[in-house]
Amino acid sequence: MTADPILLRVAGAFKHFPISGFGGGAVRAVDGVDLEIRRGETLGLVGESGCGKSTLARLITALLPATAGKIVFDGQDITRLKGWRLRRVRRKMQMIFQDPFASLDPRMTVGDILQEPLDNFAIGSMRDRRRRVQELLRLVGLNPNFTNRYPHEFSGGQRQRIGIARALAVNPSFIVCDEAVSALDVSIQAQIINLLQDLQKEFQLTYLFIAHDLAVVRHLSDRIAVMYLGKVVETAGRNDIYERPQHPYTKALLSSIPVPDPAVERERAPISLKGEIPSPVNPPSGCRFHPRCPIARVPGICSEQEPPLEPHGARDQVAACHFAGQA
Amino acid sequence: MATAIGLAGQVDWDVPEQTGLWKDAWVRFRRNRLAVAGLVVIVLMIVLALGARLPTAPGGLWRILHLTNEPFLQDVTNSYATPSLQHPLGTDILGRDQLSRILYGASISLTIGIVVQFLILGIGGSIGMAAGYFGGWIDNLLMRFTDIMYAFPDLLLVLVFVAAFGPSFWSIFIALGLVYWVGLARLVRGQVLSIKEKEYVEAAIMTGTSPLKLIVKHLVPNSLGPVIVTLTFGIPAAIFTEAALSFLGIGIRPPEPSWGVMIEDGYAGIFADPRQVIFPGIAVALTMLSFTFVGDGLRDALDPRMRR
Repeated sequence: MTADPILLRVAGAFKHFPISGFGGGAVRAVDGVDLEIRRGETLGLVGESGCGKSTLARLITALLPATAGKIVFDGQDITRLKGWRLRRVRRKMQMIFQDPFASLDPRMTVGDILQEPLDNFAIGSMRDRRRRVQELLRLVGLNPNFTNRYPHEFSGGQRQRIGIARALAVNPSFIVCDEAVSALDVSIQAQIINLLQDLQKEFQLTYLFIAHDLAVVRHLSDRIAVMYLGKVVETAGRNDIYERPQHPYTKALLSSIPVPDPAVERERAPISLKGEIPSPVNPPSGCRFHPRCPIARVPGICSEQEPPLEPHGARDQVAACHFAGQA
Repeated sequence: MATAIGLAGQVDWDVPEQTGLWKDAWVRFRRNRLAVAGLVVIVLMIVLALGARLPTAPGGLWRILHLTNEPFLQDVTNSYATPSLQHPLGTDILGRDQLSRILYGASISLTIGIVVQFLILGIGGSIGMAAGYFGGWIDNLLMRFTDIMYAFPDLLLVLVFVAAFGPSFWSIFIALGLVYWVGLARLVRGQVLSIKEKEYVEAAIMTGTSPLKLIVKHLVPNSLGPVIVTLTFGIPAAIFTEAALSFLGIGIRPPEPSWGVMIEDGYAGIFADPRQVIFPGIAVALTMLSFTFVGDGLRDALDPRMRR
């Protein structure tokens, strides 16, 4: 283990999907993201649908090649890795997927699904592997005798547990959870989140936890990054972001969380944003939030100059807004 | 160490009765009566065809058991005989027993229909898999070639190939394979393109699966259902094309009695004795219908959306 407290560093990551046909252009799914994830922490990443969260997850896990920028994992630049070098990185980095019904091969038994990573990385003898599969099932709270069952025989929550067991199979140090609970019922969500927390304690895991629901992320994260239209607009410690949001988009997101107290809820005036999230093919000039921003000065600096991520508010808090912390 | 972590107490352990995927499909297939009837007819047809060819003496097992006559034995004095105990379906212009000829013809038609599918699977499957998996210019090249092949009328292209190779069992076999792989290639490519986007493929890549293993263990098994259905529907198409070619006189050579050859022979005397056309025609129709019903049943049984 290196002493570097930063496990994963994303520097200026871009992912543009070219639009085929005449006219060209590109969907700028991820458009210049800087991000750091520290060893042992959980970084929550939130944003609306279509803001590029899942694309960023696939850049970090090298499932998609970045258009530009650098992703450094555990001191190694993984952006251009291929073949066995990349596979070696994946022993340390795993992913839990969003849709528990699409992330398990319907033609494979649970045992085969969980054994596949062990086979691929040639971990242990055949007997060790079979024992490890049962251990994994027990670890995620499933019956270890379910190895010859097929995924369609399980409920959504059980399938997600299988997905978690698969990610744990190779003993990774870092797991990307791409909306790992979004597709589940609320009661099941709580179970899965508790399971993830227990596993983190047990194995000193580092999580990147992606969600579009701030309430879920708050429970789990040490720090939270907010994404809007391909860019990170604010990053801060969990309590700082909830108590002193600096970016107007963060404020709007937070005010959309319902308060479980009818008296407070009636008095509350949630900030409602104007319009729709703009197209990532043609993002707005300057600050890309300015057409929907309640405090933007248009025409003026907001529509002309792109605000950089700068320290605002609490220690360790950065926001990309010309008028951070105001109104 | 697991005890502290697993949430065993809260998990519901109830999992439905175990059913494998194929067992599950069989249950749904059985519910379709027409498909089951078709399967029974096909199995019967295969047994009858095998008995007509094995052992290799003319007429095979059925002749040995005195159930039928020899398919090649001519008796010109007894041509166009009406059905009797001796000749249950009558005789043709040369006095040959029609029933034994139809059973012998079944072996030719079924062999062509079924064996051609393996050639189609080999050509179409690998071209479609390569196009879908690699994408980019490989996909473009292979699919434009497929489009060109697709643009020719099927029968015309088969005629060209058979004319080039000379008429024989093997040239029909190869010509059918070279023409009918196109549809399967497109199907497999589409399957692979959609499966490639599935999260379980990403998950397999994440867990270090090599490209070859990815194809063999994930892409092939998951595209198998529609492929089996298409190949099943391909069997009657191949049988029909063979019959059409033989009817046109460039297929199976007489005296080998394929159904198409028999219809052509009988066509000359259709007004004198329509049975010459009707019986082999019924054999062709029954076989095609059976395979079509089985294909329908398989399509419903192998479609995961039909699972309750």
